Amino acid sequence: MSLFEYALIGGILYGIFFSLIAVGLNLVFGVMRMINLAHGQFVVLGGLGASVLVDRLHLNPLFGIPLAIVGAIVIGYPLYYAVVPRLQKSRDPEMLSFILFFGVAQIIEALSVMAFGPDQRSLPGEALGSGSIAVLGQSFPDSWWVAALVSVLAIVGLYLYFARTKLGYATRAIMADRDEARATGINVNSLSALAFVIGLALAGIAGVFVPYLLGSVSPSDGNSLTTTSFAIVIIGSLGNALGTVVGGLVFGLGTMLMQTYFSSWSNLVPYALLVLIVLIRPSGLLGKAVRHA
Amino acid sequence: MRETAAVRRWMPGGVFLLVVGVCFMLLPKVYGNTSLLFSMMTFVVLAQGLNLLYGFTGYLPFGYVGFFGAGAYGTSLLVLHTHLPVLVCVAGGALAAVLMAVVLGPLLRLSGAYFSIANLAASQILFYVVSNPHLSKITGGPYGLSVQKAYDPHGSYLTMVAVMLLSIALATYFRSSRFGMALHAMRQDPVSASMAGVHVVRERLIVWLTSAAVAGLAGGVYAWNLSVFYPDAVFTLQISVFAIVFALFGGVGTVIGPVVGAIVLYTFYNGIGISAPQYFELFYGVLIVLLVLFLPNGITSVLSRWGLRVF
Repeated sequence: MSLFEYALIGGILYGIFFSLIAVGLNLVFGVMRMINLAHGQFVVLGGLGASVLVDRLHLNPLFGIPLAIVGAIVIGYPLYYAVVPRLQKSRDPEMLSFILFFGVAQIIEALSVMAFGPDQRSLPGEALGSGSIAVLGQSFPDSWWVAALVSVLAIVGLYLYFARTKLGYATRAIMADRDEARATGINVNSLSALAFVIGLALAGIAGVFVPYLLGSVSPSDGNSLTTTSFAIVIIGSLGNALGTVVGGLVFGLGTMLMQTYFSSWSNLVPYALLVLIVLIRPSGLLGKAVRHA
Repeated sequence: MRETAAVRRWMPGGVFLLVVGVCFMLLPKVYGNTSLLFSMMTFVVLAQGLNLLYGFTGYLPFGYVGFFGAGAYGTSLLVLHTHLPVLVCVAGGALAAVLMAVVLGPLLRLSGAYFSIANLAASQILFYVVSNPHLSKITGGPYGLSVQKAYDPHGSYLTMVAVMLLSIALATYFRSSRFGMALHAMRQDPVSASMAGVHVVRERLIVWLTSAAVAGLAGGVYAWNLSVFYPDAVFTLQISVFAIVFALFGGVGTVIGPVVGAIVLYTFYNGIGISAPQYFELFYGVLIVLLVLFLPNGITSVLSRWGLRVF
């Protein structure tokens, strides 16, 4: 039984963390109706940034979080204004943005190999606490709990932004109907840019913990992180932040159970889930009829 | 009168087929590096096969490499376990790709980006299954397969020329026939097209299976030419990326676009060398971004801007 409990608790922690990885992708899609295919590369950038802080400046990796936010602002705004308004006027924004962000992903991957080298990087385990916390007799390293805690805080923060702030209301209006939002006087373009930057910041913050949860981070991890995020977002339905948490938990538990019982097949989990879900219920588990946040 | 109309319709395709065919038959006599020519043809086929689907229906298969890999493995397993002639095995590889496309047929219900990513996931699943160590006895697992007993660089070169001409002929058919007109109508407005009597679902499925078969043929001949390969070699996402970039660069929805794109960019790719892959990746990324922003119909669209009719 202890194997099962290990998989269960590990799956929940892992799943909460992966909802943070995926939630930025979902936000960007919900607001911009574009799939940021470079999402995984931004996650990787967050991890690489944290590793530079640790190696060069000997700071705690948690300083990677503010760095990710600054990085998202510095990269996100220029990128948004350089490509998105032009894309939205094109004949097929959905497909063209998809291809364009793939190009962006390639650029980021190439530049990060040039800047950081192709090697895998890990972070010192004791930086986030050297002990471990046990629940139901199953212990997990402190870093896992910190990652899950930061994920919960970030997602609750995003929820509060939507539910309590004026900007959040306006952003939800854009998600519901872009043209009507514009007609009521909402500055659709600048709010979309803000949502894009928040999405990148969430990806970067998640990236800080990737070396702990996945063992290491390297520039070539981006594409598989993007596909996994996409799977999680689809499981919970696009444009639905709460759904992403459900998707993350399904993915986390699925992966951990597979790793425990059929370890050689566990890397199939995100892909198999994705194909099954889009074929059975393209609108996701929670469906489009339900709109939270 | 009718005859001249038919000639006008099929002439450009026939001439282009002849030119490409003669070029690739003669090139090995003046240029010694046939393996480079072979790879170039492989990418012409893949770019054209991808163009058949993306250019004519708007579905962008990010997991296109899955069909290529299915063809490579299907062919190799037939060579290893049966005594059929190699060409029959290659056809079997194409059949394997078509079977995979049939299984994945329901993906066509998805729109745009959903389809692309689900297709990518499907190709990853196939890769992980094929390379799983537990299946080593059947697929060779991570150690790949060896079909050295059928090794024949000359025969496989000629077969690839034939496959390439077939892919171009198919694109010509899609562009010039009544069937192609139906596809064109579907792309513009599927609802109106179906009102006008086009079987939207059926035609889409035909294109999907054709496109998969082309990639399967390419994969089969590629494996035959390579004779020893690892699963990564025939399932790397890089192959999908190349096919997409080459087709986009030349111009999708045309016959010559993907051929020109593949030849120009692949030559360039070999020209700058692959000593540092990240430089090439950077170049590709920038190229994709610039193409989407400024030239979404590819370089051949510049010609049509100058008043030339791009075929």
